[in-house]
Amino acid sequence: MDFLTLFVVVPVLTIIAIVFTKNMKQTRLVAAVGMGIQLLLAVALVFMYLAERKAGNTSEMLFSHSYVWFESLNIKYNIGVDGISVAMILLTGIVVFTGVFASWTVEYLSREFFISLIFLSTGVFGFFISLDLFTMFLFYEVAVIPMYLLIGIWGTGPKEYSAMKLTLMLMGASALLLVGILGIYFNSNAGGGELTFSILEISKVHIPMAAQRMFFPMTFIGFGVLGALFPFHTWSPDGHASAPTAVSMLHAGVLMKLGGYGAFRVAIFLLPDAAKEMSWFFLILTGTSVVYGAFGAIFQKDLKYINAYSSVSHCGLVLFAILMMNRAALNGAVLQMLSHGLMTALFFALIGMIYGRTHTRMINKLGGLMKVMPILAVSYVIAGLANLGLPGLSGFVAEMTIFFGSFQYTDVFHRVLTISVAASIVITAVYILRVVGKILYGPIVNKEFLKLDDAHWYERLSTGLLIVGIAGIGIAPLWLSDMINESLSPIMHQLLNVIVK
Amino acid sequence: MRLESFLLMRHEILLTVALLIILIAELSTENKKKISNLSVILFLGVTVIGFLPVPEGLLFGEMYRTSHLIVLMKNILNIGTLILFFQSAEWIKQTEYKNKVSEFYMLILSTLIGMNFMISSGHFIMFYIGLELATIPIAALAAYDRLKNISAEAGIKLILSSALSTGIMLYGISMLYGTVGSLYFSDMAGANLNTPLQTLAFIFFFAGMGFKISLVPFHLWTADVYEGAPINVSSYLSVISKGAAVFTLTIILYTVFYSIMPMWKNLLYVVAILTMTVGNLFALRQQNLKRFLAFSSVAQAGFILLGIIDGSGLGMASVVYFVLIYIFTNLGAFGVVSAISVASGKEHIDDYNGLYKTNPKLSLLLMLALFSLAGIPPVAGFFGKFFLFTAAAHSGYFWLVFIAVINATISLYYYLLVVKAMFINKNENPIAYFKSAFTTKVGLLLCVFGIFAIGLLSPVYEFIRMFSNIL
Repeated sequence: MDFLTLFVVVPVLTIIAIVFTKNMKQTRLVAAVGMGIQLLLAVALVFMYLAERKAGNTSEMLFSHSYVWFESLNIKYNIGVDGISVAMILLTGIVVFTGVFASWTVEYLSREFFISLIFLSTGVFGFFISLDLFTMFLFYEVAVIPMYLLIGIWGTGPKEYSAMKLTLMLMGASALLLVGILGIYFNSNAGGGELTFSILEISKVHIPMAAQRMFFPMTFIGFGVLGALFPFHTWSPDGHASAPTAVSMLHAGVLMKLGGYGAFRVAIFLLPDAAKEMSWFFLILTGTSVVYGAFGAIFQKDLKYINAYSSVSHCGLVLFAILMMNRAALNGAVLQMLSHGLMTALFFALIGMIYGRTHTRMINKLGGLMKVMPILAVSYVIAGLANLGLPGLSGFVAEMTIFFGSFQYTDVFHRVLTISVAASIVITAVYILRVVGKILYGPIVNKEFLKLDDAHWYERLSTGLLIVGIAGIGIAPLWLSDMINESLSPIMHQLLNVIVK
Repeated sequence: MRLESFLLMRHEILLTVALLIILIAELSTENKKKISNLSVILFLGVTVIGFLPVPEGLLFGEMYRTSHLIVLMKNILNIGTLILFFQSAEWIKQTEYKNKVSEFYMLILSTLIGMNFMISSGHFIMFYIGLELATIPIAALAAYDRLKNISAEAGIKLILSSALSTGIMLYGISMLYGTVGSLYFSDMAGANLNTPLQTLAFIFFFAGMGFKISLVPFHLWTADVYEGAPINVSSYLSVISKGAAVFTLTIILYTVFYSIMPMWKNLLYVVAILTMTVGNLFALRQQNLKRFLAFSSVAQAGFILLGIIDGSGLGMASVVYFVLIYIFTNLGAFGVVSAISVASGKEHIDDYNGLYKTNPKLSLLLMLALFSLAGIPPVAGFFGKFFLFTAAAHSGYFWLVFIAVINATISLYYYLLVVKAMFINKNENPIAYFKSAFTTKVGLLLCVFGIFAIGLLSPVYEFIRMFSNIL
């Protein structure tokens, strides 16, 4: 078996092991071990990737393997990674691992909970290693459906409504995506070859313009819904607010990145001409996401809703950057996905921990937590600062790179958009600082809070790991940036070709 | 004609022999429960022998024909019936049925013989006889609980509406005869059926078939009959009977009506959209699981049309593949509903609230089956639907695919409602835990196996694809 397939096999084996566990303690232990192995694999993959590149391997995708699956339709189980997918896999590894610890105390049907959670992560890992549109789509849907049970069974608030809304909107998006993928497939023989689902082979074909015009919007919106594209973002606040902690973490941290990654890897990479032509329209939509999300966050009183709207804003920024289609902006988009993945996961983990103690998420009912639970409070401040883009933390690097990239366009349209988007990023500071001031500092509003304890070891582990990641990207972005930059060459090549034509 | 050539009809002969053995057993024994076991074992043998290789060929001067694809279709129907027999063995042992055990098996086998002839026919008279043989016993089966009003009503409803639809179809066939001068499929395929009268004849024919497959607007009988008939008969109607009609329709469209393909493609386009949408919208509001599954199966029939509309080997393969998956999936769903109905007599979605607490395995199985019906990976339904959509996209019907996938999303909503009832909703008195009989377990496990394996194992699809170019 090849190395990459392990990323799908390990979760599946973990699920099988969990089926045979007897009680909650065994279950969470098995889950932690399984996802720990997964995280180690992800770290090992990074080093193997760097070593391979250092040794002078310049092929587009490394560790790639291709097995014929449905021969007559030319569907292959085709896997491989470049710098971007390696980074996303590492992100997923970290978030899933910390997610297991964030749900350390789930008692109700704990076996089923961890099985669904890990099943979801199987889909995510599979998505990031796929180089074949069919398997990619398959893993995408695998990642979406466990969400329904996770939110519906273990969620809070109007969970049934939120779960249904989220599932149906994402499945509706995948409906668009399916048509887009089939459209690409049936035009992949434009160069005279045979029909194929393979991303790399399709990228060498020039798909006829009429087909691109039809299928680019479908593919981009299909992935965009997952990346909280305005006006299809409405599943996100409700879904995130109702989901249990680990699921919010995984969903905002990783699953929403599937949208950005897919839009980049499929929509822009395979249909570059239409992307150039239509980018203005989608730039307006994504710009609206950024601004709308930021303003939406200001008016919320529930910590999870604040964060969910902030995620809409930041994930919108990812799509915005992808549509800018130059090297710096794309680089920034990937950095933003990583950075937002880590800090949002941290945010949701902390909110879950605070909620678990105080049983409220309303900011007006919280206050003075710094005195009661200093470790959690400090972590919250760190997450907040990363979110508003403080230099030295990951958010700054990512946003800086994106705006650097988008400012390279000198026409009025791009300038206006860039400036308004950059301005709304400043709003982030408003709601973050307001929340931090309100819930962490000030007097203790509820005497009951004095009895609460600070973070347990498993909570420290998960927050610590995420903070290390955030600071890591912030302090030493270069090696990551290099890894990404290198992998951007094929897509830049695609986009440059368009301009020549 | 040499005697060996009768072996081409092996499926039909075997079924007839099995039928006669059951009849003799019925006459010679008092213990009716034994007949049930005997029938299951006999049919197991029939199914296994059906897989032995058989040559292709024609019989009775082209009245009857067989090919690898046709044999494959018959085997698929056999597998489905076998699973159904396993699932029914416990249900039929209930005291109220004790005097008519063998009737159930004999009637099912005779409809199966009819379906086999229908698929194998090379002549419209043969086709008609097969069709009648496949329909009339089902009406008797629908009225199997004849002392219950609702079941008797289902039987009458089915026989009356099917008589009407068959009449219309015969009228269409007679017009074809009048214009072509022959009823042989090969003669029709050779002729150009472009005149308005022939178009009308085709539409009459299509209406008759649409009734069998329950396409909108010929679906009105479906929900009432499914609800009234005993659950295992509904299961048979929705899976085997529909599958056989789909196979026959596909073969006839691809051969007899090949010359008017653009015309029937347009017709299918409209009917597919109607069937999917109407089926889905009605399924949304159902509270009785049998009605719910009835409308869901109407919607599924609409999806099948997306495969047929392609008009090439790819479409044929996707249809056969989907029906195979659909058999396992729908029998899984009906199997659970039937097991629960036998044990507790409950058939409403609300009754299923909190089922996961008391009967986790059945709940998981029903969830798997519903996800497979909705087309969620990694279970087989996803692959089935994906290939149907691929077939339609192959002919350039991207907007049709789009409407279909939106419909698939709507269908996910009501499938999730059942999942929600079982897993999320709380209930003070959920259906109590019960142990299923051994045969029921076998029937359900076969479904689980199919739901997982048929999709992930690509050789199944490749095997079907290999034969589907040659008709």
